[in-house]
Amino acid sequence: MANADCIIIQGSNMAECHPVGFQWVSEAKARGARIIHVDPRFTRTTAIADKHVPIRAGSDIVLLGALINRVLSEGKHFDEYVRAYTNAANLISEDYVDTEDLGGLFSGFDPETNSYDNSTWSYQTDEQGAPLTDPTLQDPRTAFQILKRHYSRYTAEMVEENCGIKPADFDYLFESVTQNSGRERTTCFAYAVGWTQHSLGAQFIRTASILQLLLGNMGRPGGGIMALRGHATIQGSTDIPTLFNLLPGYLPMPSAGVHDTLDDYVAAVGTPETHKGFWANGRSYAVSLLKAWWGDAATPDNDFAYDYLPRINGAHGTYQTQVRMLNDGVDGYFLLGQNPAVGSANGRMQRMAMSHLKWMVVRDFSLIESATWWKDGPEIETGEMKTEDIETEMFFMPAANHTEKAGTFTQTQRLVQWRHKAVNPPGDAQSELDFFYELGQRIREKLADSDDPRDRPLLDLTWNYPVDEEGEVDAEAVVKEINGYRVGGEDDGQPLENFNQYASDGSTAGGCWIYAGVYAGGVNMAARRKPRSEQDETAAEWAWAWPANRRILYNRASAAPDGTPWSERKKFVWWDEEAGKWTGKDVPDFPIDRAPAARSDQAYGGPAHLDGDDPFIMQSDGKGWLFAPSGMVDGPMPTHYEPQESTVANPLYPQQNSPTRKVMRRGDNLSAPGAGYPGSEVFPYVFTTYRLTEHHTAGGMSRWLPYLSELQPEMFCEISPELAAEVGLEPYGWATLVSPRAAIEARVLVTKRMNPLTIGGRTVHQIGLPYHWGVGGQGAVVEGDSANDLLGVTMDPNVFIQNSKYVAGTIVPGRRPRGPELVDFVEKYQREAGLTTESGNQQVTAPESDVEAAAAAGAGHSVGGHPHRGGDSAVGVTPGKTLGGDTVAGPTVESADDRTGRVDLGPVDTTDANSTDDGDATDANSADDGDATDGDPDHGRDLDGSAVTDSEVRDAEAEQAQRAQAQLDERPREKADGSGVRDGAGDDSAGSGTSDAGADSDRVDNGTSDEGEDD
Amino acid sequence: MARFSFLEWPVLRQFRTSDRTGRGESVTSQKTRDTAPRTATADKVVQSVCPYCAVGCGQKIFVKDDKVIQIEGDPDSPISRGRLCPKGAASEQLVNAPGRVTDVLYRAPRAKDWQKIELSTAIDMIADRFLEARRRHWEDFDDKGHPLRRTMGIASLGGATIDNEENYLAKKLYTAAGAIQIENQARI
Repeated sequence: MANADCIIIQGSNMAECHPVGFQWVSEAKARGARIIHVDPRFTRTTAIADKHVPIRAGSDIVLLGALINRVLSEGKHFDEYVRAYTNAANLISEDYVDTEDLGGLFSGFDPETNSYDNSTWSYQTDEQGAPLTDPTLQDPRTAFQILKRHYSRYTAEMVEENCGIKPADFDYLFESVTQNSGRERTTCFAYAVGWTQHSLGAQFIRTASILQLLLGNMGRPGGGIMALRGHATIQGSTDIPTLFNLLPGYLPMPSAGVHDTLDDYVAAVGTPETHKGFWANGRSYAVSLLKAWWGDAATPDNDFAYDYLPRINGAHGTYQTQVRMLNDGVDGYFLLGQNPAVGSANGRMQRMAMSHLKWMVVRDFSLIESATWWKDGPEIETGEMKTEDIETEMFFMPAANHTEKAGTFTQTQRLVQWRHKAVNPPGDAQSELDFFYELGQRIREKLADSDDPRDRPLLDLTWNYPVDEEGEVDAEAVVKEINGYRVGGEDDGQPLENFNQYASDGSTAGGCWIYAGVYAGGVNMAARRKPRSEQDETAAEWAWAWPANRRILYNRASAAPDGTPWSERKKFVWWDEEAGKWTGKDVPDFPIDRAPAARSDQAYGGPAHLDGDDPFIMQSDGKGWLFAPSGMVDGPMPTHYEPQESTVANPLYPQQNSPTRKVMRRGDNLSAPGAGYPGSEVFPYVFTTYRLTEHHTAGGMSRWLPYLSELQPEMFCEISPELAAEVGLEPYGWATLVSPRAAIEARVLVTKRMNPLTIGGRTVHQIGLPYHWGVGGQGAVVEGDSANDLLGVTMDPNVFIQNSKYVAGTIVPGRRPRGPELVDFVEKYQREAGLTTESGNQQVTAPESDVEAAAAAGAGHSVGGHPHRGGDSAVGVTPGKTLGGDTVAGPTVESADDRTGRVDLGPVDTTDANSTDDGDATDANSADDGDATDGDPDHGRDLDGSAVTDSEVRDAEAEQAQRAQAQLDERPREKADGSGVRDGAGDDSAGSGTSDAGADSDRVDNGTSDEGEDD
Repeated sequence: MARFSFLEWPVLRQFRTSDRTGRGESVTSQKTRDTAPRTATADKVVQSVCPYCAVGCGQKIFVKDDKVIQIEGDPDSPISRGRLCPKGAASEQLVNAPGRVTDVLYRAPRAKDWQKIELSTAIDMIADRFLEARRRHWEDFDDKGHPLRRTMGIASLGGATIDNEENYLAKKLYTAAGAIQIENQARI
């Protein structure tokens, strides 16, 4: 980031949440860079920026789309870069129909499942399957022309109307990014959970990716998109995932009915027939993982024990699992440094779910709220739970902290850093490494005599790790397994040097292919600590970055198509003609001897067939995707929809909210009715959550520390002087905040940092809420109500992250009621607004004719025409699909950041949410489980807990549709007099965590957390 | 306290030591003169990484008698250049916080409070319950006959604050056991 000429921070309060990383923004500013903060709040980041652009929460695609529109209409894109390195020239299927013609839907929409068949979004191909292009970019079916038309109504006027941004501010932003992009200059974007925690979060990031590709800022120093993530190894725990849809190295978890055999699986991951990027070697990555886990039991004859892997079918994310708990479908729950009772959305639902468990293991440093909810949680106070009635057995296991064990964290730019152990853990505290090793040993001992084939994967598991003199597992031995090693022959056990050595014949084992090289030569590269004063700016000898110690991904794009640097000023990686190889300040992210002019006669065929100007080597076609034929389940190009609960009518399309967002229709997860519906006036303001420097996520690592607790002792809300006057709130007095789900209290901080915005002629107020406090827990220095209790669960369909940044609510003076009266208090608001489980949850509001046309466009279309995409859409519906095709891709974003690492890469949770769960064989997933998100035909539960029936839903939908139509009819008048627009407001971004997205296209990642956890 | 003496009156002290601005020797006491940084007496210094956000700032952990006595920024780090934010700077308290619990605790069904139990006993109890939950919610096939080979009885949450190696072992064990509802902070 220090090398950027302009930095746009949007969806992040970087100075507050990543203060030490922010020194590189300050450094860039000192070198002359322009810093712009786009955020609903004026924050510590804003204070250092050159310019604050206040924005209404959730309207980011309108703003970024308008920048794309103006870049294209004024011809300010980096033409040479766009033509050479993106899919601008690709011709898109004749069957593709844009949102412009379908009321806000894309072709292929299925109103039965509220998901897309993306077969009409594909490239046109010749008979060999090679994509067809129009290098002049003039054909109306080129990705370039389709993009131009898609954003043609995203104008400065629209930005003013929907985002609340003044035309002069928009001009400033446009001039800043365009004047600071091109051969000589680069612009960088940075974001955090202010972008990810929306029902469109992944698409926010995509919009920035498209803009950065158009401006030529990907793969270059001072360019890219920086994901600012919130936990020490949130990146590592995505690379080596404790996530339901992934195996290490962004390999998908196999899906039932889709990846039944190893061949099916590998076809979805990537093969030479479908890729020219590095996913073509998918078989080697998968087989080496199986060898690492099942050793001698994994043989060519049994497809390397592929059948030992369990299968997913649909989403098994944290919120889906929680609903399953509520239905008594889960017995045991482990918490590993996470505090969902405070950190997850709709905290009451979280705590109620825990009370349905048979047992729970909490591994943490102190007795966090998730460990003590059964004795002192908020529901004990309200009488909704009684300690003596709760059957759940609780185990608290004290954890070793970062000084008491050796191991690696992967920070937000993929830098893997080893920590040396300083002291022994006190008392019974132990590391997770020791705990899981020991647990595994006990489980295996108990099963030792079993002849049940279901137990073979446990008994055949490679589970012999060396222990040191303290009896602790040697973490370096695990690093070696993750790195990969040779199996058999003379070199048996030798560590692999890089992932090109991963083999598909069982001669190598490796736990995470992208980490290959971290233990090259038997050296723990992550432990390297050559001081910065003894290295250049890249600092390649400080720790190790995956992949291959590369600090900027896709850095081939830092040179022009002919291999020369774009400019002397931005010189980074270039082609050395004499030596016949790529060279520069970083490890080139390209086949080292592939000349710039090299051309393959094959469209695919693996990395050997990458052309000399295909910098995006994880994409199936080597190009950055302006238009994403696959990988995103909610559209090939980002499209603005209003957030769930928004009180503003979508000015662009009759389709109000994202039609594919994941709603949970449950009585304990009610939503405000939304724009134009009666009852929305009960919740006129917008809450948006965020973090503070002095606390960490849900407080488990900060509220127990006296220093930090003293610095930020009390829960508060930030409101504008205008709102304080309107509601009658006294500075530093108490206020009660009410959402459709809960009520909490907070101290009032009246500040001009909160700016009322004018949207459609009306004033929109937003209220900022830090979310670090919780009720209950033992030994915390400070406590307070939890902001996350106010949130509802509505999720992004790509990654299943909840919307935290736009929450409808209201505020009244004074403290909240205590005890059972609190429940009555919230219910009073629910009744007043007439809330039902349908409120705010109508998926489709586009006119019926458009819905039919969208469905027809996708129906019966052949999906066979795009072999290069690895069968994504053909395979359909699962993470495998998305991943398999192109999506996953590893590394995508690049971001030049400080001197060390640079990219980040988000977790690729590209799960395909379209999938409807095709049915679990057993219990809790039956139609009446009340889980509206599990793919069953049920619709959740009413307020009284009874299941919502199909007929209720039909009636409610019919009613909603009528209202929607009435609202549409009124719309022109609303625009004229603003009458239909209520005070909604914006959101914010806050956060810390993050994710990232693909530079190119499809990868989405999911953000991180900030909302969360604690740890 | 030392015996009172007019010569120790601050103005005289300032004159006596030619400390014009009153910011030097004249404002020290015997106590401050005897004070040394905790880091000076440490037995060893270990290079580490801050456990809070994902910036990955370098830390130096100062240890004396097998206790962490201080944590400071690592000036060698090209990421942080020696700096720490309030959380990183307070992380010595994370190690030595008064509210930290180092005993294994167990709460029986319907019980009103915790009881201490042995670590080994706890792991054994968890192993039994793990196998029971796994068995009770085991699924061999879906309704179309596709293999599932999994259990829905076990869920896990968390991973972003522990080590990569720990995530690896956890995922490996859970997957081999057929547990799929494994999630962490990346999804929130």
